[in-house]
Amino acid sequence: MDREHLEAYWAKNLSLIRNLLVVWAVVAYVLGILLAPALNGIRLFGGPPLGFWIAQQGSIYVFVILIFYYASRMAALDRKYGFED
Amino acid sequence: MSAEVWTWIIVLATFALYLGIGYWARVRETAGFYVAGRGVPPIANGAATAADWMSAASFISMAGLISFLGYDGAVYLMGWTGGYVLLALLLAPYLRKYGKYTVPEFVGDRYYSNLARVVAVIAAIFVSFTYAVPQLRGVGIVLSRYLGVDVATGVWAAVIVTAFIAVIGGMKGITWTQVAQYTVLIIAYLIIGIALSNLLTGNPIPQLAFTFSDFAVRLSELQVELGFKEYVAPFQNLSALNVFLITLTLMVGTAGLPHVIIRFYTVPKASDARWSAGWALLFIGLLYTTAPAVAVFSKYNLLTTLANKPIEEVRQIDWVQKWEQTGLLKLQDKNGDGILQMSGNREVNEVTIDRDIIVLSTPEVAKLSPFIVGLVAAGGLAAALSTAAGLLIVIASAISHDLYTRLINPQASEATKLLIARVIIFLVVVLAAPFGINPPAFIAQLVAFAFGLAASTFFPAILLGIFDRRMNMQGAVAGMLVGLVFTATYIIGTSYLGWPNFIFGITAEGIGAIGMLLNFVVAYLVSRATPPPPEEIQHLVDDIRIPKGSAGSALEH
Repeated sequence: MDREHLEAYWAKNLSLIRNLLVVWAVVAYVLGILLAPALNGIRLFGGPPLGFWIAQQGSIYVFVILIFYYASRMAALDRKYGFED
Repeated sequence: MSAEVWTWIIVLATFALYLGIGYWARVRETAGFYVAGRGVPPIANGAATAADWMSAASFISMAGLISFLGYDGAVYLMGWTGGYVLLALLLAPYLRKYGKYTVPEFVGDRYYSNLARVVAVIAAIFVSFTYAVPQLRGVGIVLSRYLGVDVATGVWAAVIVTAFIAVIGGMKGITWTQVAQYTVLIIAYLIIGIALSNLLTGNPIPQLAFTFSDFAVRLSELQVELGFKEYVAPFQNLSALNVFLITLTLMVGTAGLPHVIIRFYTVPKASDARWSAGWALLFIGLLYTTAPAVAVFSKYNLLTTLANKPIEEVRQIDWVQKWEQTGLLKLQDKNGDGILQMSGNREVNEVTIDRDIIVLSTPEVAKLSPFIVGLVAAGGLAAALSTAAGLLIVIASAISHDLYTRLINPQASEATKLLIARVIIFLVVVLAAPFGINPPAFIAQLVAFAFGLAASTFFPAILLGIFDRRMNMQGAVAGMLVGLVFTATYIIGTSYLGWPNFIFGITAEGIGAIGMLLNFVVAYLVSRATPPPPEEIQHLVDDIRIPKGSAGSALEH
């Protein structure tokens, strides 16, 4: 197997993983927990306070989107590098 | 027809369905037995994973738990969903590419060490067993609550159904019954959520009703008025640090639990594992985004129906009568004024609500047909049965595959291996029954153990095995041992020996995250001070990093 080719593919994968995990951590831990008291001062659409809503509802939507986004980006990356299964 | 007759009909019909699927999915080779022949489509595996993952506790107790914790209940909502992101991005596709049968097998092979394999086998059995016992008990409780069957009979019914499916169908039988069980449990749960949302807000979609109505705020204000804690305000029951660490431990623990990981061994290709994790979380999310809505609406309804109302008037309500009889709802006019006072102060509070009522009372509260009562019972049973089966096959495969086939008798013929696998799973299921009937008192607290242990041992060992080519046996074993000993000591000390939460007040539930960090640090330092892993292991790591070549690798066995 061509070492450089593999390393290039892996570097792309790692940077995608890093970016998506930053989103994951910011949504769950920063917005959903650390900033939740502050964000609770905001109420969207007359519904629940924002910090509470992110922690009990919005974060789960983001998690689902992150996985499908990763799967589709990786499908393209696999094809580009000829590593599809 | 009465609710009890409907419950009998639906419960027996679903049991017959599961047995029928189990018979249809019978297998003749070990690849079928351990990994369903790697022929499960990603969406079906997603549904099976969702049923595998969501236990009796998720179905029956979680909404109630959240309704009593308020905002802090988010530790379960985020903690038991966010781990799938880690699973999809960091573990599942690579483990599927590796293409073997169990989690200890990857640990043992990657770290070229039978010591690592045996440590992983013991951890897998311990984690899965502590988790399986409450599931069997859950079946017994649901059957006794709805049908008056005694708990032991209920547990044996669960054992017979599970043993039949697992012995003849192995992972394949379990997978396809889990797909059916997911369907039953999600329909039942959504009916509850839709009925409650519609009753209180007029909007039948629970997620929309939760987002666009002000009931969470009204509940919060009502609770403050009655002297309870504010519902929407963070950190009322747990400190910010504990909310953070418990969420992290549950997420990482989820990704490290063997019964969740092996579900992704059953899809045809490595790239399918990524999509399948997405489907799994979508299916889980359907219940997990409905639960906080159920929590708010049901709690609000209970408080407004009961608080400061004349006790005689309240006792006229059908569902109050029914649940008072079961003991899950207790009304007690302590000061004799004929009015029910609810209060955060235990001395004057006159209404005690068991948290399971939040879900279980809904069919009567929302005046749904008796048919729905039966469906909710079947949903609770489906959640418990599917999780128990997924856990028991992990225990059985750790013994029959990792210990017998890999260590004791590698030369065994295919027929012998399959026979051993069937005998072991039968014994595991049957031997688990007495524990389900009479769970040892300490076992309830052990769920913290399951997540803490998975987070502090399996997750770092597997992650480093994929992402760090230089990680060697010495580093991984040292890391696992340090993570294991640290986490186990803290949990045992604080839960059973009366130690205070001496590390920054962190509770037993959240300590796994710290154990994981220690594991990473120790593994890194030790691996850099010792020789790199053999050449062929580094090639193995290169190979699992690309999906190419994963299709059809089950045939090699």
